[in-house]
Amino acid sequence: MTDFLNALVALTNFVIVPGMAYGAQLALGALGVTLIYGILRFSNFAHGDTMAFGAMATIFITWTFQAWGISFGPLPTAILALPFAIMITALVLLGTDRVVYRFYRRQKSDPVILVIVSMGVMFIMNGIVRFMIGVGDIRFSDGERFIISARDFKAATGLKEGLAIKTTQGITIVTAIIVVAILFWFLNKTRTGKSMRAFSDNEDLALLSGINPERVVMVTWIIVGALATVAGTLYGLDKSFKPFVYLQLLLPIFAAAIVGGLGNPLGAIVGGFIIAFAEVTITYPLKKVLGYLLPESLEPDGLVQLLSTDYKFAVSFVILLIVLLVKPTGIFKGQSV
Amino acid sequence: MKKLMMASAATALMASGAFADGHSEIKMGVILGFTGPIESLTPPMADGAELAMKEVTDSGLLLGGSSVTSVRADSTCIDAGAATAAAERLVSADGVKGIMGADCSGVTGAILSNVALANGMVMISPSATSPALSSPDDNGLFFRTAPSDARQGVVMTEVLMEEGIMEVAVTYTNNDYGKGLADSFQAAFEAAGGTVTISAAHEDGKADYSAEVGALAAAGGERLVVAGYVDQGGAGIVRSALDTGAFDTFHFPDGMIGASLSEQFGDEIEGSTGQVPGTDSPGVAAFAELVGDAFDATSPFTPESYDAAALIMLAMQAAGSAEPADYVSKIEMVANAPGEQIFPGELAKALQILADGGDIDYVGASAVELVNGGESAGNYRQIVIEGGEISTVKFR
Repeated sequence: MTDFLNALVALTNFVIVPGMAYGAQLALGALGVTLIYGILRFSNFAHGDTMAFGAMATIFITWTFQAWGISFGPLPTAILALPFAIMITALVLLGTDRVVYRFYRRQKSDPVILVIVSMGVMFIMNGIVRFMIGVGDIRFSDGERFIISARDFKAATGLKEGLAIKTTQGITIVTAIIVVAILFWFLNKTRTGKSMRAFSDNEDLALLSGINPERVVMVTWIIVGALATVAGTLYGLDKSFKPFVYLQLLLPIFAAAIVGGLGNPLGAIVGGFIIAFAEVTITYPLKKVLGYLLPESLEPDGLVQLLSTDYKFAVSFVILLIVLLVKPTGIFKGQSV
Repeated sequence: MKKLMMASAATALMASGAFADGHSEIKMGVILGFTGPIESLTPPMADGAELAMKEVTDSGLLLGGSSVTSVRADSTCIDAGAATAAAERLVSADGVKGIMGADCSGVTGAILSNVALANGMVMISPSATSPALSSPDDNGLFFRTAPSDARQGVVMTEVLMEEGIMEVAVTYTNNDYGKGLADSFQAAFEAAGGTVTISAAHEDGKADYSAEVGALAAAGGERLVVAGYVDQGGAGIVRSALDTGAFDTFHFPDGMIGASLSEQFGDEIEGSTGQVPGTDSPGVAAFAELVGDAFDATSPFTPESYDAAALIMLAMQAAGSAEPADYVSKIEMVANAPGEQIFPGELAKALQILADGGDIDYVGASAVELVNGGESAGNYRQIVIEGGEISTVKFR
């Protein structure tokens, strides 16, 4: 029995908990990408750097709060700073839209041109973030670090394996649930949300029925700003903030959005978890787990690893390819790419 | 009228360009990864090299009073294409007479084969440590003031064996540096009777390392050897390993040792060990004194950068020419015995000795001794994390 528990705990500690937290972060990022794709109709490559910008705003405000002596008890101060950072990020996005995207929208430019434009925005944002906060690693998580630490868990249960759940992992999952619930309520129940969905489904009909396109665009950017800030901050809290990494996050985020179905919010969430768990599970060596479960004579000598961790990105992209080949619209019906 | 003015301005520019030739200004390329995985290490490295140039320029002794100016270029550390383009620019557009760089092993190899060999340009890298660079077809143009990782693998093994550790898991950054170091360490460690349970690569700059840490934890081991970069995946791996309770202590090779290691992890990695190129020669203190508060003289590879730049200029003086083809043969001569020992801050003295036809043995900030076709023999500083700080155990 203890062997079984040990195996379960090892699996939870190294696969399920990290997979859940990473999946939630990807899902929040993918939601932003998918909203832009659905409503503004282009793939926004600047999203990774928008997340970096949002996280940077959170960090500056967190520092201000810490200087003032405001803290949030056992939770990170950054959570208090989030609403303000969201406002700043949303304003910046609206400014970008006014200065850059609106011009191309009025020209009725092809989506591919907007994609290239968003890459330009990506590089500029990337530069601004590095310029303002620097290129190094920044840890801004304060308060309690663990809900359960591996050492305490071992002491409390007497098991050989430890289970660690970080505060940031807990916050990530809880926040993601709250944000997603609010988003879905907004899209499905409010008048503005419905007009956004109408605009997404059929732009011409939406315009005919008197929906103000500029307002839809504005609300979209504000929501995207909020999602990007929350995703960027949660990611930074859980790991650490480094501008370079946010650029790299773009790949798994897009993979998640496309696998789930671009333009479909529910798909973005499912896609995020699929990509995260694919990366973690397929490369996890079962040596330890099997070592607990199997009788001694059958214990494996090797690592019992399906694929070496070198191939973890290949895994997400194989999933992406299969989805695009078999069901180009994604698992949940989104717009085809 | 406007055209006439433009034309005369252009002519004046060209004329001044022609007159500027001769012995007044020598340009030296400083190509380091100012953006990318080691971007926090490179600013002090470039400052170190430029300090040597300033020292030489201020002395007014190089080749009858030439000044040396630095032209910085970004190697990105990882993008061979970008690094090659940047080096190409240094050579063809800026007309540099020598290259201090590059930093990471992969891009250094790329610049060497694509730019330096094609143009007969001399390169001295302060930090490329891949064993693969020991035996490239370099026409004698490539040198490094950093030791090869073949040596570091042996030193690492000695450190771990002395601690009584016989079983380790290894993770390395997936590039020439990480792979070369992991392989040389594994060979040395297993030859000494140790066991490497797993040797798994990690990619730098990725969003999440739970998969890698899961694999490392499943394989087990008394200590985790992280042959990565402190500003990159290496830190992510350590963070994730600590958080999941997979490993408590680590062993860090040179790429992981930096100010941000203790800043980020502090006493969480208490008892971890490591080694970084370094020496207890008097050159270190002299260098620190010379630098003062201008930048961090103890940052990794900063002394090596000063030395790399100094070697190029001293070789120019010994050859009496700033042309790479002329001075390349003099580099080993000024770096090694016999001759008067030269420490940081004594470049003027060295230039004078060389001008008078004497011989020098450049020791510099990192106890330079070029062996094996132009690479540093390798002195290492063994460190341990004590009270959340990196402290020196001894030199070997």
